[in-house]
Amino acid sequence: MSQMADLAIDAERLARRYGRRWALADVSIRIPVGSVTMLSGRNGSGKSTLLRVLATAIRADQGRATILGFDLVRHRPDIRRASALLAHYNYLYEALTARENLEVIADHLGQGRGSIAALLDRVGLAGRGDDPVSTYSAGMRKRVSFARVLLQEPRIVLLDEPYAQLDPAGFELVDSVVRELRSGGVTVLMATHHLDRTVAIADHHLVLEAGRVESFR
Amino acid sequence: MLEIANNRFPRTPYYLMGIGVVLLLVGSYYGLFVAPPERYMGEVQRIMYVHVPTAWNALLAITFAFVCAIAFLMRSDFKWDARMEAAIEVGVLLAFLLCVQGAIWAKPTWGVWWDWDPRLTTTAVLLFAFLGILALRRFVDDPVKRGIWSAVATIIAYVDVPIVYFSVRWWNSLHQLQSSPDTVSSQFHLPLRVNAFGVLFLMTGFIMLRARLASLRHVSEVAPPPMLAEEAGEMA
Amino acid sequence: MIAALRKELLLQWRTRAQFLAVFVFGATALLLFSFAIGPNAADLRKFSAGFLWLGLLLSSTLTLSESFHAEMENRAMEGLLLLPADPRVLYYGKAIANWLQLMVLGIALVPVMVVLYDAGTTKIPMLLVVIALGAAGLSAPGTLYAAMTAQVRSKQTLLPLLLFPLIVPALLASVKATSLLILGDPMGSLGSWLTLLGAFDAIYWALCGLLYGRVVEE
Repeated sequence: MSQMADLAIDAERLARRYGRRWALADVSIRIPVGSVTMLSGRNGSGKSTLLRVLATAIRADQGRATILGFDLVRHRPDIRRASALLAHYNYLYEALTARENLEVIADHLGQGRGSIAALLDRVGLAGRGDDPVSTYSAGMRKRVSFARVLLQEPRIVLLDEPYAQLDPAGFELVDSVVRELRSGGVTVLMATHHLDRTVAIADHHLVLEAGRVESFR
Repeated sequence: MLEIANNRFPRTPYYLMGIGVVLLLVGSYYGLFVAPPERYMGEVQRIMYVHVPTAWNALLAITFAFVCAIAFLMRSDFKWDARMEAAIEVGVLLAFLLCVQGAIWAKPTWGVWWDWDPRLTTTAVLLFAFLGILALRRFVDDPVKRGIWSAVATIIAYVDVPIVYFSVRWWNSLHQLQSSPDTVSSQFHLPLRVNAFGVLFLMTGFIMLRARLASLRHVSEVAPPPMLAEEAGEMA
Repeated sequence: MIAALRKELLLQWRTRAQFLAVFVFGATALLLFSFAIGPNAADLRKFSAGFLWLGLLLSSTLTLSESFHAEMENRAMEGLLLLPADPRVLYYGKAIANWLQLMVLGIALVPVMVVLYDAGTTKIPMLLVVIALGAAGLSAPGTLYAAMTAQVRSKQTLLPLLLFPLIVPALLASVKATSLLILGDPMGSLGSWLTLLGAFDAIYWALCGLLYGRVVEE
């Protein structure tokens, strides 16, 4: 029983289909709290789908899982409160500025808006915080998404290709954020193709292939 | 694994349909040839023998769809989705027939094709509402979303039916007082009831068959579950 | 709840140029109706309420689907749901924002109606009540259906197809009530039509809020 509390993610036979194709066929993993796990695999191996299922953005068609002790099906709001997802979609409102987008999040979370300025600074958007997101480059949008994740103060963070669209300075940002999260006891699961970069900060490496776990070290 | 609900009684729908046809033949024969013509409206009133049974059954079909919608939202069992789809299709068909019958009655009686009778007008609105739901089902690929959305739409549309009826009745009453064919004296009740049951059996048979079709289609649409990892390892 | 409403109003304010476009669409529709009937002033006046509400109904399909455009672009709605945000709160926030927008649109179209059809009324407060109730009747189911259709192909045809049959009672009542205000109400039936409209609104604001969670959740 005490072992359960040490597991950030305890998943068994997760499966998810799109039409006739099973994007996740049979995924069972156990990820300890506070660790950084690198998730790799070829395109189409199911990395994004796995992250989205764990974040409760989409439902699993089969299998069960607990995230930080919360059941994937029965305790969705609890999982959502404790987790944050950095997805392919950046969840931003194009017509609003970065600051306003973050303010919307803070308002919905019932948090104060005080930390927003510091966050924008942290992700390197201090000067452009008040321009509409529609004027942003892809890299800048990625940075706002990072700020969004940090704003939620999650206990488990799911990153889907965090390095994508970022410049080398952005790469440094990702690494420093992950290190910072890890030192704060936050569990991180990040899907990436930049294996050489990530292997330095990752505790574990999970490889997916065709919707199944190929290896977990 | 999806259960096909009527596996145990594969022939039942056909028996029901058979009984339905027989009842309809008997009732219609009596209504068309044996029963005397109505005093004021004459021969055209005979359409009542089909119109009223169709109306009862259309309402029944739509109510059943509503029940299925609620069952699906609560249970998430796709057999309710299949039944709901079947019930809606049959309901739409019956509603369409009602409108046609209404027009057939109205032209010789009032000289116009449509007389804005509240019940018929409500039927027309109902027809469009449920056609819309069928269209919605066509455009959604994900079976779960399709089921949930059309169930929600069905509930919303069904709740609207009485509201539409009252609003149209009131709207109509301010303008004219055209009576619609609803007065049938007692000696005519027998063929009416016979036909009503005839349509009921026929309709139930249709719904069962159609639901079965929908279930099968759903099974083929949804991929089989993945092989166990061990099996895959063995095969590789 | 306030948070949701605040966001909606902020978004609406930012995209206010679209509102102008929708208003022009509505006004053009009213103009076209008058061409369809002909320059007979008495006829135009008689049907003016109908034209107003038809114009508003047609315009509403534009505003309603627009209201979900921003949510779907980058899947912002999913982002909010994952915070977690209560879907019902999101629904009412958007439904209220749409209601306000439709109300303003309706009020803006009244002068157009007055000019084109020579159809005015002195009972302005009552007219505002009718517009408010009617817009509410369009907004509640409209927001729900817009959420659904925003996620499918062929969204432009599907939204009117689903919405129009449903809001028949609201349309009837709004047109009747407005007509009574313009042409006179000898039998004092305005109250009953308003009650019908109010009942429709109450039922659908409750029902759609209840069902919204199922519609947007994956």
